[in-house]
Amino acid sequence: MNGDSISYREAVREAIREAIRNDDRVFLMGEDVGHYGGCYAVTKGLLQEFGEARVRDTPLSESGFVGAGIGAALGGMRPIVEVMTVNFSLLASDQIVNNAATLRHMSGNQVGVPLVIRMATGAGKQLAAQHSHSLENWYAHVPGLKVLAPATLADARYLLAQALADPDPVLIFEHVLLYNETGPLPKAEDCPDMHKALVRRPGSQLSLVTYGGSLPKAMQAAEILAGRGLDVEVIDLRCLRPLDTQTIFTSVKKTKRLLVVDEGWRTGSLAGEICAQVAEHCFWSLDAPPQRLCSQEVPIPYPKHLELAATPQVEQIVAAAAAMLEAR
Amino acid sequence: MKAKAEELDHQLTLLREMLRIRRFEERCAELYMAEKIRGFLHLYIGEEGVAVGMMQALAPDDAVVATYREHGHALARGLDIKAVMAEMFGKASGCSRGRGGSMHIFDGPRRFFGGNAIVAGALPMAVGLALADKLKGLSRVTCCFFGEGAAAEGEFHESLNLAQLWQLPLLLVCENNGYAMGTALAISESEQRISHKAEGYGMVAREVDGMDVLAVEAAARECVDAIKQGKGPRFLECHTYRFRGHSMFDTQLYRSQDEVAAWQEKGPIVRLRRKLEAAGALDEAKWQQLEDELRQELNEAVAFAEQAALEPVEKLTWGVYQEGAS
Repeated sequence: MNGDSISYREAVREAIREAIRNDDRVFLMGEDVGHYGGCYAVTKGLLQEFGEARVRDTPLSESGFVGAGIGAALGGMRPIVEVMTVNFSLLASDQIVNNAATLRHMSGNQVGVPLVIRMATGAGKQLAAQHSHSLENWYAHVPGLKVLAPATLADARYLLAQALADPDPVLIFEHVLLYNETGPLPKAEDCPDMHKALVRRPGSQLSLVTYGGSLPKAMQAAEILAGRGLDVEVIDLRCLRPLDTQTIFTSVKKTKRLLVVDEGWRTGSLAGEICAQVAEHCFWSLDAPPQRLCSQEVPIPYPKHLELAATPQVEQIVAAAAAMLEAR
Repeated sequence: MKAKAEELDHQLTLLREMLRIRRFEERCAELYMAEKIRGFLHLYIGEEGVAVGMMQALAPDDAVVATYREHGHALARGLDIKAVMAEMFGKASGCSRGRGGSMHIFDGPRRFFGGNAIVAGALPMAVGLALADKLKGLSRVTCCFFGEGAAAEGEFHESLNLAQLWQLPLLLVCENNGYAMGTALAISESEQRISHKAEGYGMVAREVDGMDVLAVEAAARECVDAIKQGKGPRFLECHTYRFRGHSMFDTQLYRSQDEVAAWQEKGPIVRLRRKLEAAGALDEAKWQQLEDELRQELNEAVAFAEQAALEPVEKLTWGVYQEGAS
């Protein structure tokens, strides 16, 4: 940490450190979290600080150690399991979807899985198709799971404690482009209840709904639009399941326009779900059809220019919002 | 002489436990045909010696993780027979509030964690339960049952590796009945000695005659003692056989009647019954008395399940998340 400034990476590390220090039941487990210091250097130094029992390197066996996290949670611990990327989590999707998400219901509410799984998501580092996808909406599809996407330093720092206090499995998606974001040290009150979507920038003419790695892009786009006299409200979902639809509806009923930005592929995207819900609940308030800006229907390519073209960028957000507003 | 009498008494208890499971499941099959029980129903008939033998070695605070063929494990573990039957009926007073059915029998207070219907899917969870005990410094064992078909899944190998690597208090019990659904071991596995796979991970593994409840009990006690002494995980391969099909839909085209009959001859119940009769501890009258008691208990369980209420549809989405947490 540098003075009063902190990076997203350091904020996550601080959150983990605080959790391990404050609760004997908490331990961290995952690939390279210990001796290597974390694939994205998030967990650097934690092994030295807390020892091998509480910062546990695992073999490359996602299903095995995610399942072990589920079992440890059943056994009264509060594990934080790190999966290197959402792409690798598919190897553990049996454990996440068939066990973590279902045990409470299947057991008639007798056993719960208070487990936190963290993983990196998203494109932008030229890591090609098997390290760059945004599949968080697949998990957001599943009842029994809670899905968080911390987009700000405050959420990176403080959402973990809320996730650990939750009696059900919580998945936290950290966008790879956010790890180097730096800013002033946030306060705990900058991170309200994890289930709430937040208005990050108030506006009156269009609701720009987004989450995670697309939030900084949306904020930049809103600034540019403001320079053109267009007043856009930016909403950060924070929690992808359960969705805080109330905050979205309230905003759309005010602005009468919706643009959703989501790095998932357009077909079957979370953005599609939000558009549908707004159409169902706010139809008579709308002045324009709900729009969405998503990734192109292509596995994320390696070359920089194609990767940028495949995923939503600031200019495209500006263009899409302006087209909706200027068509008035 | 007294020790001998106590031993015979214990063996009678084991016989009763096995017969109780057998009669419970036979009744379930009838109720299935009568369409009172639906879904998949996987009977444990023929394999009772494994569950009953293993449970003798477990303490109340040890954990049990089971498969979808788990009625035997549940009853041997001491779950309420009425609650298990009501679960079969999908009733609100079932042990999983009717939400699980035959394949998802749970009992939190008895640390009975399923009822898991994905082959090998529960093994990583069992690893985690054992890890929790180790991290808490508790001298408890997690006992995980699975079929030999699970050995073909990656999760089997991931779990064995983790359990041995971390020296966890885990007892892995392979119920090898020779068939993964209808696929014989020889058709699906390059190495058919499942215990050898465990040894490949450096784990202490042994095989036992799963049709001999006394042999299973002895092996279970040995394994649990070693685990509680901190000697790491143990792997027990129990050779057994199911006398019925994989599920109620199985026409058993993959094996001969002669093969089934040959195994039935060495069934765990007939074997112990003959042994006890030879020792003069059991006669026809005593057997009939046992049958009558079990029939009475079962009748009560079925009546309870029949009369139990269905969960109201208004509670459909209850129990997905902990109430009040969101």
